[in-house]
Amino acid sequence: MNIENNALKTLTNGILKENPTFALVLGMCPTLATTTSAVNGMSMGLATLFVLVCSNVVISLLKNLIPDKVRIPAFIVVIATFVTMVQLVMQAYLPAIYEVLGLFIPLIVVNCIVLGRAEAFAAKNTVGLSALDGLGMGLGFTLSLTVIGAIRELLGSGAIFGLHIFPEYYAMLIFVLAPGAFIALAYLMAAVNKLQKKS
Amino acid sequence: MVYFLIFISAIFVNNIVLSQFLGICPFLGVSKKIDTALGMAAAVTFVLVLATVVTYLLQMLLVAWGLEFLQTILFILIIAALVQMIEIILKKISPSLYQALGVFLPLITTNCCILGVAILVANGTEKLPMGAEHNMLTGTLFALATAIGFGVALVLFAGLREQLALNKVPKAMQGTPIALLTAGLLAMAFMGFSGVV
Repeated sequence: MNIENNALKTLTNGILKENPTFALVLGMCPTLATTTSAVNGMSMGLATLFVLVCSNVVISLLKNLIPDKVRIPAFIVVIATFVTMVQLVMQAYLPAIYEVLGLFIPLIVVNCIVLGRAEAFAAKNTVGLSALDGLGMGLGFTLSLTVIGAIRELLGSGAIFGLHIFPEYYAMLIFVLAPGAFIALAYLMAAVNKLQKKS
Repeated sequence: MVYFLIFISAIFVNNIVLSQFLGICPFLGVSKKIDTALGMAAAVTFVLVLATVVTYLLQMLLVAWGLEFLQTILFILIIAALVQMIEIILKKISPSLYQALGVFLPLITTNCCILGVAILVANGTEKLPMGAEHNMLTGTLFALATAIGFGVALVLFAGLREQLALNKVPKAMQGTPIALLTAGLLAMAFMGFSGVV
């Protein structure tokens, strides 16, 4: 019972209480850059999710073998390996999305969430829990990126997931452009803050 | 003239932070005071230009040996090693400069604008103005201009935030939200430059 509880807590921790975007404010670059539409945000989130789970598992397996002094470079090599795998797979099977996300796929390496979880969680916990932690954090990241993407897409082009809700000439193009990313995220974060204070 | 345009393009039109979304973490993290912002900007300029030159040469080797898939892994390792090396050398040669930049150097390894620009230049996909050819010189100038653009955005933003600290902000907006909103307005101002080059 206790173990089950612990596992559930680890999983939901990343989705709600320590959401990477809204609570920890980590990984801002992809959050702002790739959320021009819901689909783009979601693909970026899923790519990060994969890297997070895999690197967490491998690092928690290797935690006793890696000398303490060189652990950060070792973690980075593990992470970079999985990022390269994602990069090659996406290039081969999802060229359209790869084209849109472009530079931000290799940049998952320097996303603070991945290294942060490796250092703060995977290096200290068992394989199972680390996998769950990676899954939870990844889902939380995917969820927030999808929501931000959906809102920007709706305001900026009148559609969600490419489905038109209102005519495009009512849309505010600025929300798809760079300033809209900052402004949309600012108000979303303020809304989340407000809701958290109330509950 | 073309070299001049590279600077205008990278600093104002395609600003790395405000229109390319690279290096947002230090942009939000070390922009509370103008002094620290200047220190960070100087450290980034130093590392960015050096890293771009080194990775450009490395990419030529990778292409010659057909090992392009190792790009991400090798580049991040090279950048991490380079930062460490700069730290050691600075400590030895110029303690005063080390005092000024020292704290920022370890943070730079995970600054995505370093790896981002290195990959852009190595792949030849950086945004150069019309008429500029992609080679090592323009790549290095692009890196320098990008770093200056980062510095300009960071220092402007730090100035705004210093003023902001004196104002009353609604509770829910305090901290990151109001900073992001300010950055949004700054980005909107920089949008005015689009189409110049």
